[in-house]
Amino acid sequence: MPGILESLLPRASSFAVEIDVLFDIITILVGFWFFLVLGYFFYLIFRYRQRDGHKAEYISGETHKQKQAIEIPHYLILVCDVAIIIPTFLVWFNIKIDVPPPDEEVRIVAQQWAWTFYHAGEDKVLGTEDDIVSVNELHVKNNTQYSYHLESKDVMHSFSVPVFRLKQDAIPGRVISGHFKPILEGEWDIQCAEMCGVAHGIMGARIFIKSEAEHNAWLAANTPDSTGAGTLASANQNPSQEKKDQNNG
Amino acid sequence: MAEVVHVEVGHGEHHDDHHELSFWSKYIFSTDHKIIGFQYLFTGMAMALIGGYFAYVFRMQLAFPGSSIPFWGTLSPAAYNSLVTNHGTIMIFWVAMPVLIAAMGNFLIPLMIGCDDMVFPRINRLSYQIFLLSAIVLLASFFVPGGAFGGAWTSYAPLSAKAQYNSTPFGAPLWLIAVTLEIVAFLLGGINFITTTMNARAKGMKMFDIPMIVWMIVIASILFMCSVGPLVAGAVMLLFDQTLGTAFFDANAGGDPVLWQHLFWFFGHPEVYVVLLPAMGIVAEVTCTFARKKLFSYKLILYSSIGLGILSFFVWAHHQFISGVDPRATYLFTTTTLLISIPVAIMLFAFVATLYGGSIRFTTAMLFALAFTGEFLLGGVTGIWLGSSGTDIYLHDTYFVLAHFHYTFVPIAIIATFAAIYYWFPKMFGRKMNESWGKIHFWGTIIGFNGIFIPLFILGAGGQHRRIYNFQNYPDLAGADMQDMRVFATMSLIVMLVSQIPFLINFIVSIKRGEKAGRNPWKANTLEWVAPSPPPHGNFGPVLPEVYRGPYEFSVDGREKDYWPQNEKP
Repeated sequence: MPGILESLLPRASSFAVEIDVLFDIITILVGFWFFLVLGYFFYLIFRYRQRDGHKAEYISGETHKQKQAIEIPHYLILVCDVAIIIPTFLVWFNIKIDVPPPDEEVRIVAQQWAWTFYHAGEDKVLGTEDDIVSVNELHVKNNTQYSYHLESKDVMHSFSVPVFRLKQDAIPGRVISGHFKPILEGEWDIQCAEMCGVAHGIMGARIFIKSEAEHNAWLAANTPDSTGAGTLASANQNPSQEKKDQNNG
Repeated sequence: MAEVVHVEVGHGEHHDDHHELSFWSKYIFSTDHKIIGFQYLFTGMAMALIGGYFAYVFRMQLAFPGSSIPFWGTLSPAAYNSLVTNHGTIMIFWVAMPVLIAAMGNFLIPLMIGCDDMVFPRINRLSYQIFLLSAIVLLASFFVPGGAFGGAWTSYAPLSAKAQYNSTPFGAPLWLIAVTLEIVAFLLGGINFITTTMNARAKGMKMFDIPMIVWMIVIASILFMCSVGPLVAGAVMLLFDQTLGTAFFDANAGGDPVLWQHLFWFFGHPEVYVVLLPAMGIVAEVTCTFARKKLFSYKLILYSSIGLGILSFFVWAHHQFISGVDPRATYLFTTTTLLISIPVAIMLFAFVATLYGGSIRFTTAMLFALAFTGEFLLGGVTGIWLGSSGTDIYLHDTYFVLAHFHYTFVPIAIIATFAAIYYWFPKMFGRKMNESWGKIHFWGTIIGFNGIFIPLFILGAGGQHRRIYNFQNYPDLAGADMQDMRVFATMSLIVMLVSQIPFLINFIVSIKRGEKAGRNPWKANTLEWVAPSPPPHGNFGPVLPEVYRGPYEFSVDGREKDYWPQNEKP
């Protein structure tokens, strides 16, 4: 059975399933409490509506037995909190802290109001002459572990690929690194998720996930010669990249 | 409990004012707490209409992108951003804060603790005047070159710090000045609420005889005072960045843009509880009166609210899980955020438990109070998905967040406020509001509200981000299903807005023509119902009431009447 999120949007990254499962765990635990309390609430409203000859009871809620009506549920909520916190920590650790070694790297630069993507060329090293630079198009290879390095030239932006379940703010002055591994071929939205000025609402891009053969063909067709875009990519290197901050993803 | 010493305050210096006052001294420059409460209430209601109008305009854009919007015209991306930003700012700072804290606090505290005015009546007047000035500054920002600020109500730097980024060279500083002035106004008001409650209670009113709403406003005021310092400091720094060329938040010159987020959210998250607590207080009063029940576990609610307040200072960074803070910090903030569900749950459970064994009267005020409990429950539980850092990676800044906080803020700022207005209207104006029109208003508001935000949960879970001007630019989001949900949400908003028309007519007509209420139309226990309706200047006349018991002694065994006013001799 597909998860709730997967029924709304496909999963296209290796870690999306972890987030989806966590979402479902929370939905079950929270949904149970929500409907239980709401059901009891409506029952009380109906049961204790004003009727002729019926007088309300004097209940202070201060006796030990009465207080248990609240204390017991709140211990149970505490148990549910722990049942959510533990898988949350595991998911967070796997996605944000335990970063797998990359097969490929990509540099992402956000600015008002476009995304520039620096794809490492055939040498798989960023900042060399065979880098392929594209605006608002990110090309990646399926089933390949990527490391991304996210920068902003001006204000806060946020790099969001909903099918990856990935989101990371881009912060001026920092290079924030993270990872993803595409697992589903196709073409999807990239959105800017942080208000970034007048054209924030139309700062979209597309991600193209292709098979190895198709991706290699794209690489070959777009690899610049020594006077082309690769030179441009090198010239645009952001000096702040030296302060690389590896702990975020 | 220490003996309560009654201090007669404020009133003494007004003795000279008891002659016939001119319109200006009576209604505009008054130091009477009730008039200042009305000033806050009416200003808040006017700002709510403006904020609601903004919501109508940008939701029409989302439902029918690019079309000309009735009563506005074509909406540009810049204007869209301004409307979104100022809708949020207005609804939180110029509606929720003035109505729930300032209007309720001013009108109710002296009446409910049995004194004749605030301890510092002139500071009270100054507080409103600064607040009014702040509203004027904010609205003025729409008419300056470049227009109003459009960098979201969170005003993240460096977008907010440099005119070259935000394109509003005057709008951004005016927005910031307005917010800062508004904060100053509430600091002054809060001083009055705390001091008055601690020093001017009626003879015999011990700490646990204080009505819950008064406690909640006092705790909220303390919370506000403790949390607002960093924001004011941040606001001054941001204003310097905007106008003097400093670089507190400019990374290119050694500043740190994330610092603003810490300062903002250190205030911003406790702020939710600052407005939540008075709303909970309102619901406590209304629920007890109309269920004819003693409040279930008064002390547990009180201690929970204090615990909630303390815990609220340790949750701010859950707004920053994906903003580049050290990822290990999220372990702490996830834990504290999920733990805060416990005091909130205790308070909600206590309201539900108060209904047990009751005799519930479905007045309009009670319907709104019950709706608060049900709707806020959904708002509270949906916070769990966002407090969990794992799911927040995906849901952050989506419509899921937007739906979640509207399910908390609308019950707080709109639904609880209506409960309060219908409940205390007889005390405010000496007449009742019409119940039939009230029920039309209630159902329209509730149906409209749920119709707006339930689709937005689904849109958010489907990957749609907030503050997007035109979803037709995103192929994954431009589908007919999602667009249908946007149209449905917008139509529901129109239902909700139109439903406010019967309320406004009812409100205005009832002031002059409503059924006369008498002193205690709901047969409630608290001291405000001892004063005439409406209370005169000085509230209770020459003799102030004395208190003999707690505020919720309903349906006490062995008594003929099902209520027992606090001031009735044993």
